[in-house]
Amino acid sequence: MSAAAAGAGELLSVRGLTIGFPAAGGLLLAADRIDFDVGAGRTVGLVGESGCGKSVTLRSLLGLVPYPGDVLAGEIRWRGEDLLSASAQRQAALRGTEISMIFQDPTACLNPVFTVGNQMVETLRRRAGLGKRAARERAVELLDRVGLPSPEKRLAAYPHELSGGMRQRVMIALSIATRPRLLLADEPTTALDVTTQEQILALLKELQAEEGMAIVLVSHDLGVISETCDEVVVMYAGRMLEAGFDREVMRAPRHPYTRGLIEAMPSLEVSDEKPPVPIPGQPPNLAALPPGCPFQPRCEFARAECEQIPVVLDAALAEHGSACPFVGAPV
Amino acid sequence: MSAGAPLLEVSGLRKRFAEKRSIADGVRRRPPAVLTALDHVDVTVRPGETLGVVGESGSGKSTLARCILRLHEPDGGSVRFDGRDVLGASAGELRELRREMQMVYQDPYSSLNPRLRIGSAVAEPALVHGIVERGEEVEYAAELLERVGIRRESMRRFPHEFSGGQRQRIAIARSLAVRPKLLIADEALSALDVSIQAQLLGLLEEIRRDFGLTIVFIAHQLAVISRLADRVAIMYLGKIVETGATADVFANPRHPYTRALLEAHPRIDGTRVRKPAVRTDSPSPYAIPSGCRFHPRCPLAEERCAREEPAATPVDPVGGGHYSACHVLAPAAAEGARARDASAGAA
Repeated sequence: MSAAAAGAGELLSVRGLTIGFPAAGGLLLAADRIDFDVGAGRTVGLVGESGCGKSVTLRSLLGLVPYPGDVLAGEIRWRGEDLLSASAQRQAALRGTEISMIFQDPTACLNPVFTVGNQMVETLRRRAGLGKRAARERAVELLDRVGLPSPEKRLAAYPHELSGGMRQRVMIALSIATRPRLLLADEPTTALDVTTQEQILALLKELQAEEGMAIVLVSHDLGVISETCDEVVVMYAGRMLEAGFDREVMRAPRHPYTRGLIEAMPSLEVSDEKPPVPIPGQPPNLAALPPGCPFQPRCEFARAECEQIPVVLDAALAEHGSACPFVGAPV
Repeated sequence: MSAGAPLLEVSGLRKRFAEKRSIADGVRRRPPAVLTALDHVDVTVRPGETLGVVGESGSGKSTLARCILRLHEPDGGSVRFDGRDVLGASAGELRELRREMQMVYQDPYSSLNPRLRIGSAVAEPALVHGIVERGEEVEYAAELLERVGIRRESMRRFPHEFSGGQRQRIAIARSLAVRPKLLIADEALSALDVSIQAQLLGLLEEIRRDFGLTIVFIAHQLAVISRLADRVAIMYLGKIVETGATADVFANPRHPYTRALLEAHPRIDGTRVRKPAVRTDSPSPYAIPSGCRFHPRCPLAEERCAREEPAATPVDPVGGGHYSACHVLAPAAAEGARARDASAGAA
């Protein structure tokens, strides 16, 4: 991760982001000291299993941490501007214009009782300040751009009349309507079939190449992350365990958790003598995290010191950090 | 039963669902929309074998599972289990058949009763079916739970106290409690994280071996079944388009849809720059395309593909049980078969 270049030339810069939820025994830290940067035209992937804090981290960038959670500490800078201290109006003004977001379930994001055209025209009038006719023309243009066949006809369709893939295309059309500089994508293809997923990921890449958008992509699927992202942040129990350029992390993972994730992936090779290797134990419980490294109870390399180590990415490799001081040391 | 006889034999199974008509449609005399979920599906599973059924949403794979157990009544075709006719079975016979064919569902959060302690959830079906005597059921349940990796000290806990992976283990123990011959796992691992998914894959392999189970494993991802399944059946819009030994189908896919599924699978070995395997979305199961149902999305489609529906054809003329229903990729086999017929005629 280009942590060395801290902020300079980056669109978005996140430092020490910590998000907490009040619970019976105190605060649960859903995200704990997260750092990353995204530059124009780049894609950063946040990857991890359920409960690792990837989605809440993404939502916090737009001030959308669900109640009663809150950002407790850290800094989110958007083109140099401090977003956390920005007024609610300022944050609202950025949402859907400079920064937009797509979600896992397009069905939940579209209003079932209005037509696609209705919803698109309303958004375009409100967000892009277009007149009624211009908004309609732009809507057709956008639907055509995201590869929806016969876009004029689709304007009259209700969301339930479209397939899941088409609905996600409509969401993408809406999200790029204002030519945002940053697109936040929260598991955008998880609800889709694998053949449709491939099309949607290809579409996102095409749009990125055309518009020079930055993308932050959240996914549980290492394959999706690897095919889409330039840089990867591996999260576990709210902590960053490894971060770096996609190729380096996937080819030479340093942290035992990243290695475990890669080895646990089912493969398409039938003759493969290397079956998927499970990570032993249970997923972490944020209310009862072990001392030191959160992955330590499941880690095959765990030793006594693991209970004392701070969970911070080492500085040894400016571009590929790991939070494990014992395994996968840089050579 | 002889060694070669199938445990489960499904042939020509059909199921359509008619949507409820609104009053407006009734007045306009518009016919109800009909969804074709299964269109003449043939499946055989031999004892001890694991069959993987793979397809995307709307392919009918879950309907197939439900029709085998008669949780949906099929419209036609036949299902035979262990030599018995499932579709003609009486209520009493069906009860026994369903004990022998157990289902494990995708979502262990909704398939376990939240008010029942997990020990009882496992013991109760065994008592009801007379597998164990009253008084022995607690020990029986404890042993089964330990077998799937749940400590016996946890027996008095409720399902919400467990993680998703543990709950799926409990659901598996519960299905094993009635000593089934066939386990139908309907997307049983799809809701789990990858590290836990691999744990459960290992567990399923173990229990298959130890309990001598036959498994029908339904999934939407090819990779998940690659290790567990001896044979695969690829479903598309209510039909099996390719079937064969897992290694054959993966190494030598002979249907363009299977190829698309294999190609579209995201991988971690480097970023790919390439065109998606298919351009468009899957058509609606309410309006299945004419001819070959994959032709509108198929990169190899020819003119006849829109007219004639391809029949399942053996890929290897010598046998091997690898079948594909494709005009374009299967003909090599058809020619091979013709050549073989010709030589047989000459001899």
